[in-house]
Amino acid sequence: MLHRLRFLPGRLVQSIPVVFGVTLIVFFMARLLPGNPALALLGQHATPASVAALSKQLGLNTPIWEQYLLFVGRLFQGNLGTSLTYQLPVTQLVAQAIPVTLSLLGMALLLSLIISIPLAAVAAFKPASGRDLGVRAFTLLGQGMPQFWLGIMLILLLAVGLRAFPVGGYGTTAADHPYYLFLPALTLAITMCPTIIRSLRASIINVLGSEYIGTAKSKGSYGAALFRGHVLRNAAIPTVSIIGVNLGFLVGGSLVIEKVFALPGLGSLMINAIFARDFPTIQGVTLFVALFVVLVGILTDVVYTMLDPRVNLGAKEQS
Amino acid sequence: MTTPTAALVSFKQRHRAVGSRTIKAWYRNGSLMAGIIIVGMLVLVAVLAPILAPYDPIAQHLTNALESPSAAHWLGTDKFGRDVLSRLIWGAQVDLRVGFLAVLIPFVIGSVLGAIAGYFGGWLDTVLMRIVDIFFAFPFYVMVIVLVFVFGSGEASIYIAIAAVSWVSYARIVRGEVLIAKKQDYVVAARLGGMSHARILTKHIGPNVLSQAIIYAMSDIVMDIMAIVTLGYLGLGINPPTAEWGSMINDGQEFITTQWQQATIPGLVVVVTSLGLSLLGDGLSDLLSPERRK
Repeated sequence: MLHRLRFLPGRLVQSIPVVFGVTLIVFFMARLLPGNPALALLGQHATPASVAALSKQLGLNTPIWEQYLLFVGRLFQGNLGTSLTYQLPVTQLVAQAIPVTLSLLGMALLLSLIISIPLAAVAAFKPASGRDLGVRAFTLLGQGMPQFWLGIMLILLLAVGLRAFPVGGYGTTAADHPYYLFLPALTLAITMCPTIIRSLRASIINVLGSEYIGTAKSKGSYGAALFRGHVLRNAAIPTVSIIGVNLGFLVGGSLVIEKVFALPGLGSLMINAIFARDFPTIQGVTLFVALFVVLVGILTDVVYTMLDPRVNLGAKEQS
Repeated sequence: MTTPTAALVSFKQRHRAVGSRTIKAWYRNGSLMAGIIIVGMLVLVAVLAPILAPYDPIAQHLTNALESPSAAHWLGTDKFGRDVLSRLIWGAQVDLRVGFLAVLIPFVIGSVLGAIAGYFGGWLDTVLMRIVDIFFAFPFYVMVIVLVFVFGSGEASIYIAIAAVSWVSYARIVRGEVLIAKKQDYVVAARLGGMSHARILTKHIGPNVLSQAIIYAMSDIVMDIMAIVTLGYLGLGINPPTAEWGSMINDGQEFITTQWQQATIPGLVVVVTSLGLSLLGDGLSDLLSPERRK
């Protein structure tokens, strides 16, 4: 099994220029701000003395490539700067927010699979039927709803109306968290579903037409066993890479959703930082999110290889 | 070698495929018509906003703030006493305009760069595709929000931010299409005929590869409208007091328990808009590339 992961070192090497580019963009973001970057970084707290001190610290008097090297050097030491609003290291703020966002993403992914798999199957077993059209209508609606608005509607229906869920927040104990995360995760899941359903539906239709399904049927396999053992396992493979690609979208969405549900994750951290003009924190969150997306891309390739013995990324020619 | 069973299965498949294709072609073309009608009506409302809107969308009347729907104000009034229906109608103008215009710049930049990279290949292609990979690492909303922050809120910033983020998708799509097209006989023939690269790209490859980019653009408009509405909701979009659907949802959220329609209706309008655009995109996709129909 492990020999199929031989592509991994190469894949990791390939992602180095991407990570390098990501740091470059995050670095230049601060330079795009009008005026002196030190002034922008310090915001309202700027005094002539502190601007001069930070300018020196950032090496603003040196050539721009030296400034960039300084920036990257700090990153390697795990130094993302100090938040202007909280006066705490940005790494600490990000570290506090990560578990919230990750649990939200995990739960959203789980919920979207729970919703998508049956719907895709129902649609795929009878293409162009009424059920198929119904699922198609659901996917069209799901992708047409602004995420934050769907969140507000779920709050209105399930939290305010039925009082089944809290309107927001993260709860205080570990046992509270899943309960508080459910509505935001459901919101993200519903907007994620259309993509998964569409891909899964197409690949189930594809698999159902294949010869090995005919063979399995003729050997007496049917119903749920046929679906789990033969159909879903094969149909899931293309969907895995679709999910991997869309996790980036999910991360972006979670930022907005956290704001709607007042969850203390990366999204709230970033949006609050935007309004406070707390640039080091904005930079830190952006960098972390981008690196996370790169990592997810690599993980997707690993899962993909594990699921499909035919995939041999190691032998793939460089494109 | 084909076994009899395999032949039977593939025949059945083909048969089924043809059957469902005619049905699909029918309802997909239906979707084109439905999309045109929905989007057409929205555009009409946007254009006719000055005539259709019963009130000034930004005039404040604090004395009749937060009124429930009535004969005078069909959808009630917001916290500043502004007519919600009028704001909704004028909002169509802003959201549709920004949505459509925001697509143009990345469409052109991305398609041109993608076509050049795919056609000439080599180091140019490698460098460009690495840059595309880097941009793909930033989730859409993260990048748009940060860029709008950097450039300052307002319509121009939104165009720049969206262009900076979404050109990569067009570049990737067009590059892939060009890679296929440049190996086709007609391109080889044109080259042998002594045509310049520029002429081949614009006259021969361009028209054949753009359809996929156009189809993508339809879903991209939906995504851009979502982005504008989301920015408006977060308070980073079009500056107030201009009527815009996202900021209307934000205004209404405070009063969700007493005046539910204020946050709900603008969202529903966004849903209808994106539904119309999605239907239109599906229909166009069938029209422009029937061979890819699944």
